[in-house]
Amino acid sequence: MTQDSRMRLLRDMVRIRRVEETLADLYPSQEMRTPTHFSIGQEAVAVGVCAALRRTDAVYSGHRCHAHYLAKGGDLRAMVAELYGRETGCARGRGGSVHLNDPEAGVIASSAILGQTMAVAVGTALAFRMDGRDDVAVTFFGDGTVEEGIFHETLNFAVMRHAAVVFVCENNGFSTHTRLEVRQPAGVPIHSRGGSYGMPSRLVDGNDVFAVHAAAQEAVAHCRRGDGPFFLECTTYRWREHVGPLWDYDKGYRTKAEVDSWIAQCPIRRASEILVAEGVCTVEQVMALERESQVEVNDAVAAARAAPFPAVEDLTLGTY
Amino acid sequence: MRRLTYGQAISEATVQCMEADPSIFVAGIGVDDFKGIFGTTSEAFRRFGPTRVFDIPNGENAMTGIAIGAAAVGKRPLVVHPRNDFMFLCMDQLFNLAAKWRYMFGNRGGVPVVFRGIVGRGWGQGATHSQSLQSLFAHFPGLHVGLPASPADAKGLLVSALRGSAPVVLLENRALYDLDGEVPEACEAIPFGKGRVVRAGTDVTIVGISLMAYEAARAADILTTHGVSAEVVDLRSVRPLDEDIVLCSLRKTGRLVVADTSWALCGVSAEVAAIAAEKGWHFLKAPVRRVTPPDCPAPVSKPLEDAFHPNPMTIAQACLDVLKAGAPLGAGVVDVQATFAGPY
Repeated sequence: MTQDSRMRLLRDMVRIRRVEETLADLYPSQEMRTPTHFSIGQEAVAVGVCAALRRTDAVYSGHRCHAHYLAKGGDLRAMVAELYGRETGCARGRGGSVHLNDPEAGVIASSAILGQTMAVAVGTALAFRMDGRDDVAVTFFGDGTVEEGIFHETLNFAVMRHAAVVFVCENNGFSTHTRLEVRQPAGVPIHSRGGSYGMPSRLVDGNDVFAVHAAAQEAVAHCRRGDGPFFLECTTYRWREHVGPLWDYDKGYRTKAEVDSWIAQCPIRRASEILVAEGVCTVEQVMALERESQVEVNDAVAAARAAPFPAVEDLTLGTY
Repeated sequence: MRRLTYGQAISEATVQCMEADPSIFVAGIGVDDFKGIFGTTSEAFRRFGPTRVFDIPNGENAMTGIAIGAAAVGKRPLVVHPRNDFMFLCMDQLFNLAAKWRYMFGNRGGVPVVFRGIVGRGWGQGATHSQSLQSLFAHFPGLHVGLPASPADAKGLLVSALRGSAPVVLLENRALYDLDGEVPEACEAIPFGKGRVVRAGTDVTIVGISLMAYEAARAADILTTHGVSAEVVDLRSVRPLDEDIVLCSLRKTGRLVVADTSWALCGVSAEVAAIAAEKGWHFLKAPVRRVTPPDCPAPVSKPLEDAFHPNPMTIAQACLDVLKAGAPLGAGVVDVQATFAGPY
């Protein structure tokens, strides 16, 4: 990787973190009224994978979709306006936090039903192949989706049709508040599920953006060559509550010590420490990235708050 | 005009649309096999081959999502289910994504996926292979739901579906498959939301859908011998639903019988009755009557099955009751599937 490329990974993570922490701080003001699943702590997966993609590749996501949307190049102002319920939102105030899309950037859809967009991504890959395009589709999902029937239906179909899809499982260890070990059998790691259907599958440290990126480049190249789907399990951790802007280590399903141990593994800190140690950048430059992102998100918030709400007479627009 | 069977009309619409639009592909369990979904996909497979007409693994929900994902980037998938009962396994993708896509992504894009589901009837196909799911599909904004009752409509509604921008569910009743009728050779669309007056009459309106529009026409023949002039209206689609054609007919006759292939509670017959109650109350000379299957799953045993499905006699009897015009009719009409020897 070039130094610029590595800096881009750091910059994109810092930007997403600044956006989400700013929005989380603003959430209690009740101006954003849409259930939001923050990606804080999980940025390396989104950034590492999307940096291996080109604009015409397709990305699909689930309910925790802000980081994927932004990492793929989704319009920040349109996302913030969507959370504020404005006509200028990416879904014009009809979709909310869990239904972000920006087709021009290749963010085709995200959805709040587990596993839904896994299958949809395969359909997009199928269409790319029909059109002779070597673009790939990526679908991000969590460890909870592995328990859904559609997970298995989709992997089976993708292998049978050699679909150019990268399945990216963000394993953060929880489905809402339920731990992985009470939901899935011990000794059957998630990445082995991909392998069991006959596709290459990797287990990746999802808080190491460089490792994620390297794995994603291998996966994307495999798909572009027409060699079929590829599976990545990226282990990571969600810092904030399942849905909402708050911390919840006092709610009994996890401990502060556990949260702190993952904060110590912060993907941004890890990446910046490496880059500073190698002389790629300075601490001051990292802080400058934070300041630039803060200006950008403040600007997006101001624009959203100044934008009009959708007109009530347009309530049923878009239903055929 | 030349005549085709209902199944031939579906095949012709598929082939003509695929010739005109290379983005259309056909996917479904068995679409390329020797039966070709009762012959409706065989000619398309012969002409366009396995890249555009292909078999799929089981996994109905994923396949629905795959069709949606292809449609999201410009394809027009036509997904075929040999029984609509399998579509219960598609509900998440169909209702939570396809139907909502355009709206919840800000009235942009949309996924023009078309689903054909065949409704079984008779020969003991029973509870999970002979129910008709129109009221379920029709409940959700963002879909078009059509139920062609004639070969011409089977062609025209499919053409409309494959040219339009909405996700579509077409339900085809198996009992109609071998019936023939005049079908235009040209590839002409019949719009969703426009009903059809099957025959004009003055004493009572019978609103039917799918097989019940056909059976209503046979009921009207019986009623003629009793001196009753029945107007038969085929809704053709339930979403959108042609309210005007119901109200125009009701204004003329003042009496309404609604016949449906599915249950009364929360069904299409309830919806039509609600139109009469909300917007046609002042036309009504008698209470609305509904003719539907009784409140039980479809049975298997022949006498039970015969009693389960509405037929021309039960529809005609309901009309006579509404008109307070005469004695019970009893049995005495040939079943629409009298020559059907099974199995499927």
